[in-house]
Amino acid sequence: MSLLSKLKETLVCLKAGRVTLPYPARSRPVPPNFRGRPIFDAAKCIGCAGCANNCPAHEILVFDVCQEVRILKYLGRRCTYCGRCADVCPEKAITMSLEFETGTDRIGDLQQRLDLFMSTCQRCGRCFKEPSLLEQLQQKGYRFDDLQNERWVFRSQSYLEGEPAADDITIELD
Amino acid sequence: MLKNLCQKMFGRSLWVYHANSGGCNGCDIEVLTVLTPYYDVERFGIKLVGSPRHADVMLCQGPAMHSTAKALRRAYEAMPSPKLVFAIGSCACGGGIWHDSYSVMGPVEKVVPVNFYIPGCPPRPEAIIYGVAVAVGLVDKKTAPVQFKQLALPIPRYHPGDLRGEGELVVYEKVEKI
Repeated sequence: MSLLSKLKETLVCLKAGRVTLPYPARSRPVPPNFRGRPIFDAAKCIGCAGCANNCPAHEILVFDVCQEVRILKYLGRRCTYCGRCADVCPEKAITMSLEFETGTDRIGDLQQRLDLFMSTCQRCGRCFKEPSLLEQLQQKGYRFDDLQNERWVFRSQSYLEGEPAADDITIELD
Repeated sequence: MLKNLCQKMFGRSLWVYHANSGGCNGCDIEVLTVLTPYYDVERFGIKLVGSPRHADVMLCQGPAMHSTAKALRRAYEAMPSPKLVFAIGSCACGGGIWHDSYSVMGPVEKVVPVNFYIPGCPPRPEAIIYGVAVAVGLVDKKTAPVQFKQLALPIPRYHPGDLRGEGELVVYEKVEKI
């Protein structure tokens, strides 16, 4: 009886074969619709900061250096890969890539930083059209997220103190 | 230097201790999936142990919370040196979506020094294996920081100084660049 059951078990074990994946030696494709690391396309980005306002982890930070230059910093460390930034992006500048092998020894390896030129009104420096559905979600004005301490700061103001980067226009303040 | 030290000290086998300091259990389940025969990390000598005193590596999941920070610190100090700490998941790497919550201190690196980061919410089992393989030097890491800087405004600015008269017409000098 016991010998027979052992033989049966041997048969079952032989039939099962080997299931272990040879993973790090050979790569394994991810399933379709997998959301990996978001990749920011700086050529398409218009700097509307819709992604920053919709990120549940507040990890896309926006800092306006002057009237023309806006820094968009994706930290990557607390990203939950929910894909809301890619959904809300009006220019489809963010794609959720299939990249998941992001193990690293320095957390700064994950960040992406875009220094964008914001095209401003040639007359007044900052004109806005009527609020669209996306813009109603946005926090308007110039923003001051804390890039050093990687914190999202809920503060904006309608104009910036100091000199603009290009000095060929005069900025009318309200 | 850290890589050489790792290969020297941890060349044979890593015994891991699995510490959850307030996560949602998603990363725990993925870590346990890594230990199953399907992914089978015991071929690298990695084994789960129940006590930090037996462990070489601590796998941290979940953010450092005010209630569990002391226990996490004690578990880290109980591990014999040399020791490594892996932060697994977005919560351990950066605090996750609770990074500014009232009971959360932030990433686990505020409590214990972290050597390797594996982000993901939760990370795939392959991603965890990849992070461990990066640590023991089997593969190279694939990530690097990306910085993009626009050097010139893509659209030429309108400026009245660039206007010049040509007979009856007023020509904008930079018009060919538009």
